[in-house]
Amino acid sequence: MITTLDAPARPAPPSAARIALARTRLELRLFARERQQVVFSFAYPIVMMVVFGSVLGGDVLPGGVPFPQYFLAGIAATGIMLTSFQSIATSIAGEREAGQLERLQVLGTPPVAYFAGKAGLVLVTAAVQLALLLPVAHWGYDVPLPADVADWATFGWVAVLGSLAGTVLGIAVAGLPGSAQSLTTGVTAFAVVLQFFSGVFFAFPELPGWMQQVAAVFPLKWLTQGMRSAFLPDQAAAFEVAGGWEHGRTALVLVAWVIIGVVVCTRTFRWRQADR
Amino acid sequence: MTTTEWAPPAPTTADAAAVVVRGLGKSYGGKAVLDGLDLEVVRGECFALLGPNGAGKTTTIEVLEGVRSRDAGEVQVLGADPATAGRAWRARIGVVSQGEGAAQALTVREALDHFAAYHSRPRATAELLAAVGLEEKAGTRVGRLSGGQRRRLAVALGVQGRPELVFLDEPTTGMDPVARRQFWELVRGLRAEGTTVLLTTHYLDEAAELADRVGVIAGGRLVEVAPPAELGAELRRVATVSWLDGGARRSVRTEAPAAVLRDLLATTPHEVPGLTVTRPGLEDVYLQLVDTPGGDR
Repeated sequence: MITTLDAPARPAPPSAARIALARTRLELRLFARERQQVVFSFAYPIVMMVVFGSVLGGDVLPGGVPFPQYFLAGIAATGIMLTSFQSIATSIAGEREAGQLERLQVLGTPPVAYFAGKAGLVLVTAAVQLALLLPVAHWGYDVPLPADVADWATFGWVAVLGSLAGTVLGIAVAGLPGSAQSLTTGVTAFAVVLQFFSGVFFAFPELPGWMQQVAAVFPLKWLTQGMRSAFLPDQAAAFEVAGGWEHGRTALVLVAWVIIGVVVCTRTFRWRQADR
Repeated sequence: MTTTEWAPPAPTTADAAAVVVRGLGKSYGGKAVLDGLDLEVVRGECFALLGPNGAGKTTTIEVLEGVRSRDAGEVQVLGADPATAGRAWRARIGVVSQGEGAAQALTVREALDHFAAYHSRPRATAELLAAVGLEEKAGTRVGRLSGGQRRRLAVALGVQGRPELVFLDEPTTGMDPVARRQFWELVRGLRAEGTTVLLTTHYLDEAAELADRVGVIAGGRLVEVAPPAELGAELRRVATVSWLDGGARRSVRTEAPAAVLRDLLATTPHEVPGLTVTRPGLEDVYLQLVDTPGGDR
């Protein structure tokens, strides 16, 4: 019998979950060290709330809803979209360009562990962002907070699913070709347009039909609608395009984004820039 | 005349070879960078890929690491094809590429502590810091390290998971002489533990210092493989006999310098002014090897 000198048996590599946990800690630490990013993420929704609340605070929308109340739902959704979609897409492109993803690739990092680290960062930052925004809207512009436990629960699941869907969209977009710089420009422009299409600044039912249909493909429209269902009185549901809050459909679209997106991104994720 | 070509230790089983490459080809935009490269690295040896910039050293290493696709050829690294091998295989190789790949805002210690989470049996951070001489920089952010210090961090990250095979891509570029020597010690330490090392370098002294065998890469192929002392044996047999003849220097290139000398001395009864007999050094041999037709691609 031929015997070979084997190295002592090597234990299996750490699980994706363990790496995901380490990644989340790392992402949070790096986020905290990027002062500009911290200030922008947390201040942007508040500044928008103050600007729109001060200028259009007296307006009343269909259903007798004061504008600040309608706008809080939109800006909460937008804030989540920025901390998820926009910041994730640009950070991944930057990390790829800096060669940080090559290191992860040679370590055999499961893509899903990397994604989970990003999602962990997004969930924490979105929670802090909302915790700062809601009091400003409530005490500054008399916006009522969700009325009961059911509305708070709606707010919770919409925020979590919206954050995750936005993260997945960011990961997907980060896979497009181009430099980190050009991607950042494109993503920012896309995010601004998507906000207008999704009813953040205007009452969604007043938008042209084609705009509504385009918006319905992306998570932001559903995130905004879900937020309205938590912040607006029940009778306002009648003024939605579908005549109701569509909770089932909202959950379905957002969950579909997360699951299909993760499966697709896991298979197509690029750790490095394309071959020269 | 006997040839002194060095025969590589023939692996008796597939297991004895850490790396086997046959006919590796790779082009970028229709331009062939690698053109039928053959390479064999035996387990436990230190093999240096030597070649000028742009010769395909990094491309070769990246194909072996499984991070770059190939256009042609067969590749086996630790018994698996890098293009399809999984995580368990990756855990057995260590990579020191040309960037350290850690976030700039992390301190050196934080980076090492973080990446420990990716390995089943990571080396202790303190041990790594000492091995690469970064103890005093442990609290410094990666973005504030000098070029040489970043290379050292890259080396520490590359060996953190106790790999069986380490790829070192120009590991000492940008290091000062003290750091280079310290790095050489580190590589010898890895060798002593039985780690196979494949490194690329364009420093001849580094190859001579560390490698059991050197492969010279030029024109997308390995043009010669030999222990450093025997590299270019053919070329080294040619000696140059040189002397002053009435104030003018005369040189004769010959494989038989003794015969030339005998004739010279027989015809010159007095002292021969400026007489020298030289053989090409490693650098001369290397320059001749990479200067083969197409070698500057």
